[in-house]
Amino acid sequence: MIATSGIVFRLAWRNLWRNYRRTAIILAAIAAGIWAMIFMIAFTRGMIESMVSDGIRSIPGHVQIHHPDFRNDPTVDNLMSRPGGELAASLDGKDVAAWSSRVRVPAVISSERGSRGVTLVGIDPVAETSISFVADDVVEGRHLEDDRDRGLVLGRRLLERLESDVGKRVVVMTQGADNDIVDRGFRVVGVYESEIASTEEAFAFAGRATLQELLGIGDRVSEIAVLGTDRREAEQLYLRLADTAGADVEVLPWYELNSYLGATMRTMDGFVIVWIVVIFLALSFGFVNTLVMAVFERVREIGLMMALGMKPRTIVAQIVAESILLLAIGLAAGNVLAWATIYSLSDGIDFSFVGEGLEIMGAASVLKPSLGIGDVLLSTAIVLGLGFLASLSPAIRASRYQPVEALTKE
Amino acid sequence: MSITLRLAWRNLWRQPRRTWLTAGAMVFSNVLLIFLIALQLGTYQAMIDNTLGAFSGHLQVQRSGYKENQRIRQVVPRIRDVAEELRSGLGLNSVAARGEAFALASSASRTYGIRIIGVEPEFEPRASRIPSLVNAGRFLDDPVAPEIVVGEILALNLKAQVGDELTILGSARDGSFAAAVVNIVGVFDSGLDELDRSLAQMPLEFFQETFAMNGAGHAVVINAPGLFEVESVAEKANSLLPRGQNLVVHDWNDLQPGLRQAIQADLIGSWFMYGILVILVMFSVLNTQLMSVLERTKEFGIVLSLGLSSGRLGRLVLLETVLIGLIGLALGVALGGIATSWFETHGFTYPGMEEMAQQFNVPDRFYPDLNAISLFAGPVVVFAGSVLAAIYPMARLHWLRPVQAMRSA
Repeated sequence: MIATSGIVFRLAWRNLWRNYRRTAIILAAIAAGIWAMIFMIAFTRGMIESMVSDGIRSIPGHVQIHHPDFRNDPTVDNLMSRPGGELAASLDGKDVAAWSSRVRVPAVISSERGSRGVTLVGIDPVAETSISFVADDVVEGRHLEDDRDRGLVLGRRLLERLESDVGKRVVVMTQGADNDIVDRGFRVVGVYESEIASTEEAFAFAGRATLQELLGIGDRVSEIAVLGTDRREAEQLYLRLADTAGADVEVLPWYELNSYLGATMRTMDGFVIVWIVVIFLALSFGFVNTLVMAVFERVREIGLMMALGMKPRTIVAQIVAESILLLAIGLAAGNVLAWATIYSLSDGIDFSFVGEGLEIMGAASVLKPSLGIGDVLLSTAIVLGLGFLASLSPAIRASRYQPVEALTKE
Repeated sequence: MSITLRLAWRNLWRQPRRTWLTAGAMVFSNVLLIFLIALQLGTYQAMIDNTLGAFSGHLQVQRSGYKENQRIRQVVPRIRDVAEELRSGLGLNSVAARGEAFALASSASRTYGIRIIGVEPEFEPRASRIPSLVNAGRFLDDPVAPEIVVGEILALNLKAQVGDELTILGSARDGSFAAAVVNIVGVFDSGLDELDRSLAQMPLEFFQETFAMNGAGHAVVINAPGLFEVESVAEKANSLLPRGQNLVVHDWNDLQPGLRQAIQADLIGSWFMYGILVILVMFSVLNTQLMSVLERTKEFGIVLSLGLSSGRLGRLVLLETVLIGLIGLALGVALGGIATSWFETHGFTYPGMEEMAQQFNVPDRFYPDLNAISLFAGPVVVFAGSVLAAIYPMARLHWLRPVQAMRSA
């Protein structure tokens, strides 16, 4: 059996190069198809990867805990206590990289030149450092020092709209406890920039304790943002926290907090498979054609081999081996080409000329392809699997020739 | 039927399986291209209509610089007169003046920062869709009444409903304190979260009074009869503007730069995919035609030595390719057209579609738009690519030497 399979493969290999032009063309087609397949997948993966990681930084966190009504009605009326007891213990788990409690209210910020509605977020800058974007991205002035900091950090765009500057004062108006309008002057101490420009206009940051004092809400908070150690394990983290958090709060994972992001991520896997199958189908016509021609021009030869006692099953095996070899070489070449392309683009491709469009999609304007071994294996498996099925028909046809008829065929 | 054509047709059916497989590759790509291009056109149209139609319109006349900074003092003076002149000058009713301000709105139990738009109750319904999307109460009807319509999410957040009072606090044009008490007369549901969450509309004259606008406003919205007329309407509007007031006409691309760029970003990805499909078909044709030329080397040698020119043989091979291409084109257009028109009436959706649709302001079922462009653009390119792919096999005929060719196995 082993001896036979050795011969089958050697024959298949030699047969491939008998008509080298045809083999070269179909190999070029397969390689081009596989290249496009892998490159497109890597590109889309890279884009979605960056969308998700930016998205998670602006949610922020992998899991968030709120008062059950907070998401519908994000005001000071729907607050919760800071975590204690069982929840605090489970937030110390080793699958939690960092967590932070925040106060989050709608507010109007006014300078002497203009006013804007924003979401004002009171944070604990130390705990927040690894969770949200603001810590890394303060480009001018300073970041908040602690949760009692009396300054305000604004986005670059908001500051421009308000015609204000670092060091100047602005007035924050919002609704405090008991529906009282509260207002206070803040000094702008820092400016942050974000990859997603609309974020810069939407969020302003203050110290948590300072904001709690302004709102008159004691030590209560609006949300707890939890960053796990690994995004792919967000579901386990979410289930574990939901288990210990108790019934009076709502625990949600990132893919439900931002359902667009979650849906994009889920749709991605479907897209990968559809794209692989589409490319394969487009290739399959030429591929089957090649096999049909290869069988057709060897009818006499196949008849001869059968007359000499070769079993039909071996004929099938030989044609199938030929097709698998063809695909394997094409796959290897296509993968190498795709890898080389991706490697040469590892600094990312600059799409800033459509940056504002990508922003609607939630993506940054420099996109880096990201090649996952899982996708490579998946595409290889699908291509070889479907290729095997596609080669069966010409192979079985070849094995059904009657030796005598085949031998006498012109 | 000329003899070359007849020969070409017969040659195709010497290897029917091969011919069908080659045409099959074309049909497959054509069907896919027709469906995807129709889907794109339909989606883009919905994206543009929904995003522009709900609020921003095709064109807006503003003070230069207002778009970037949106400061309350960057005004269009005597804005209702400007709108009236544009209406009569352009011969369009879909022109409406607006004022715009940020303010705090308080209900009995809640306070939110909102964007207040002063609108002309008479003309706004012709310029944007929000008036027709009022689903509780009614739209504004009195130009001076202290009334307001608010977005659905905003109403929910304010815990307010039709009939309730809102207190508006903000800064007026002159920097003074602006305050008003208004009645909620309607709630609209535009389907666009951003608008439903933060937008409210009040009558323009009442707005001007509240914010000390002194007859001024911030934007005149103009809707052209269709996307293709936007440019000519913009030019005409430009010539109608009062001189010396530093006013500009912004088109939708200025107003919503993300929209066109989102479409362009999507197109880049699609062109890549379509290009690959066409290239794969070209390889398929190249392979088939090269094989068919090579296996006829002997035959071609004989006819060459009988005095047939290699140019005529080249035309034969070209004609064969054109015939396969036409089969692929006809079947592709027929099948693709039928499949796509089915989806055109029934719509098309996939899991996760709802969340995506929300992000791009489109309904959660896609309706492909089947027209001459979506039906023929893809298949014609596939056809042209196929004919192009036959050049190499044709060129080989020129190098064919009759004697050697006849001797080949």
